[in-house]
Amino acid sequence: MATSVLANDSQKFAELQKVIAQYKEQEGALMPILHRAQEIYGYLPLDVQNYIAEELGIPLTDIYGVATFYSQFTLKPKGKYTIGICMGTACYVKGAQKVLDKLQEVLNIGVGDTTDDGKFTLDATRCLGACGLAPVMMINDQVYGRLSPDDIEGIISKYKDE
Amino acid sequence: MEFYRAHVLVCGGTGCTSSGSTDIIDKFNDELQKHGLQNEIMVVRTGCFGLCEVGPIVIVYPEGAFYSRVEIGDVPEIVSEHLVKGRIVTRLLYHDSITEEETIKSLDEVGFYKKQMRLALRNCGVIDPENIDEYIAFDGYKALGKALTEMTPDQVIDTIKESGLRGRGGAGFPAGLKWEFTRNAVGDKKYVCCNADEGDPGAFMDRSILEGDPHSVLEAMTIAGYAVGADQGYIYVRAEYPIAVKRLTIAIAQARQYGLLGKNIFDSGFNFDIELRLGAGAFVCGEETALMASIEGRRGEPRPRPPFPAVKGVFSKPTLLNNVETYANIPQIILNGPEWFRTIGTEKSKGTKVFALGGKINNTGLVEVPMGTTLREIIYEIGGGIPGGKEFKAAQTGGPSGGCIPAQHLDTPIDYDSLTQIGSMMGSGGLIVMDEDNCMVDIARFFLDFTVDESCGKCPPCRIGTRRMLELLDKIVSGKGEEGDIEKLELLAKNIKASALCGLGQTAPNPVLSTIRYFRDEYEAHIKEKRCPAGVCQALLRYIIVAELCKGCGLCAKHCPVEAISGERRKPYTIDTDKCIKCGLCMEKCPFNAIIKK
Repeated sequence: MATSVLANDSQKFAELQKVIAQYKEQEGALMPILHRAQEIYGYLPLDVQNYIAEELGIPLTDIYGVATFYSQFTLKPKGKYTIGICMGTACYVKGAQKVLDKLQEVLNIGVGDTTDDGKFTLDATRCLGACGLAPVMMINDQVYGRLSPDDIEGIISKYKDE
Repeated sequence: MEFYRAHVLVCGGTGCTSSGSTDIIDKFNDELQKHGLQNEIMVVRTGCFGLCEVGPIVIVYPEGAFYSRVEIGDVPEIVSEHLVKGRIVTRLLYHDSITEEETIKSLDEVGFYKKQMRLALRNCGVIDPENIDEYIAFDGYKALGKALTEMTPDQVIDTIKESGLRGRGGAGFPAGLKWEFTRNAVGDKKYVCCNADEGDPGAFMDRSILEGDPHSVLEAMTIAGYAVGADQGYIYVRAEYPIAVKRLTIAIAQARQYGLLGKNIFDSGFNFDIELRLGAGAFVCGEETALMASIEGRRGEPRPRPPFPAVKGVFSKPTLLNNVETYANIPQIILNGPEWFRTIGTEKSKGTKVFALGGKINNTGLVEVPMGTTLREIIYEIGGGIPGGKEFKAAQTGGPSGGCIPAQHLDTPIDYDSLTQIGSMMGSGGLIVMDEDNCMVDIARFFLDFTVDESCGKCPPCRIGTRRMLELLDKIVSGKGEEGDIEKLELLAKNIKASALCGLGQTAPNPVLSTIRYFRDEYEAHIKEKRCPAGVCQALLRYIIVAELCKGCGLCAKHCPVEAISGERRKPYTIDTDKCIKCGLCMEKCPFNAIIKK
């Protein structure tokens, strides 16, 4: 079944096939496969879900149901940098909301959105467990702690120029 | 094992890693190499020391010098002064780790550690979690050896039952009973699962154990497998914890290599293996039936109980499910005996509890105390009190399922039952401190917002009921509250508690109920006086110029974008609250701090 997303990149497709072969016989294979598929493609395009459905013999509706149930799976491509601002309790009582407001203002997008240039995606995440550094945000794997709204513009501009 | 004259322990927990401890470790290795000391001094990446507030933390032994907030630029100095010349860099020591005579206190003497009793965290910050030999050197896998070679499965279960250990995940169900139910369940195949889906915001106890001492959990699960008759284990861990996942993966591989997982462990004929399963960001998966659905690769939706997991769990087989901290206690109970464990704690809650201290507190971090310790001891003696001389208002325990504990209960000895009695719950152990600047209605709204977002949608009381509650709270914080809204909240709460399907829904109203119980006056101020006493709820704030402080410079009026400020030069100005859009610019611009919001 050669559909657009799958046919566009044969290397990624080969990786996906490998992952499915690796987990296929295991009980409860769907979650690990979706995790890995998202690592490969950056998101879970419908074509990929369809292919997994055929390979595992699970109805597409079930796969779509799982993919949309968990907040870490995404059906939309993300920006180059994903900004996750922690909205856990410790961060919230220390002013995470104000940092988030500032991020929305600086990036001019809402939570869950991606900037038009495809550079930034803004997420309000669950507790990152770095409560000692509250309030905290992550840009991809880099953690920024003890933030105040005044820090935001400086941090974002570093990534803009890259 | 090679001999080293000094050890440099660097915290590799999430908190310290976030503030750059990995680069610090690399720098130490570089600098030691430069001085030719790489064979004399060893750098160890450990798990969490607990005192995240002053991270990154570096402790140098044999002296036990506790360096805090270490920056990469400090490393050459520590190496050349301390490790080469033997002169401790006093400027970098944690302030409470030195005596008045400038000598180093032992860690047990430091205020933060003095009242603590580290059982579940015993190896965190002590050993290298990526090295199984270090775990073994600290009696690791000795309990497994004892269980497999000297005890019958029934004896193991009796030991756990006698110890009085209760589940550390929240509800506090006696662990030994769960083990017995699973053992007695009929089935050809059984599973042992570990709930490491620590979803409560502000809780990071389990993460620190997995990062700092992963083998203790593997060892305990294997003991549990032997006791209940299972040969397969699953650890369901949050995908948000990359370091924990990495260390668990390493630990499982090492245990397999040493024959501590796999076939015929300790030549006993007992087989057991463990697999990791990653969550994908759904709070409800911390609920046991939802967690099992997720392991099976389905949507994480809870189902009614009974049947309980002990009878029908993962893949419909009898399953034992405990959380990380519960397991971390098991090896020591086996080694030291149930009587030893029973001497710690209160009458009905034995042992210790790990709390994640966060919010408005000086020593943010991870603490472990015997059950029965009071909140006051935790917050003021271990936690170092509230920053900025502010007044304590409430402590939130139990996350979105728990409640807020006000100042009048600061002296309550904490255990499962006392917390329930005062309208909160133990939960997994998040403890968030709030001061006078936090609005309790806003906090209740924050938690409801969380549960509405995380409700799986299966049962209407939770899906619809919590949303109605959130709407009422939104109304109140935006100044549109009406008489009777509090009563409506209480009625909804009562009905949701009685009718929701799972623990998430049944406890979702708790943050609202407990804040109404202790801070009803704040709700009433929002509703009747349209006032937020803590000055948090934006819609209810008013900006006021204090006439005595105003010098009449006119700067505020010049900057006001809606011309809401008027007055004559050199005389106090006033703000027209009807025109004011509450942007706060005037307050920012006033050079005399004459503008306040309340």
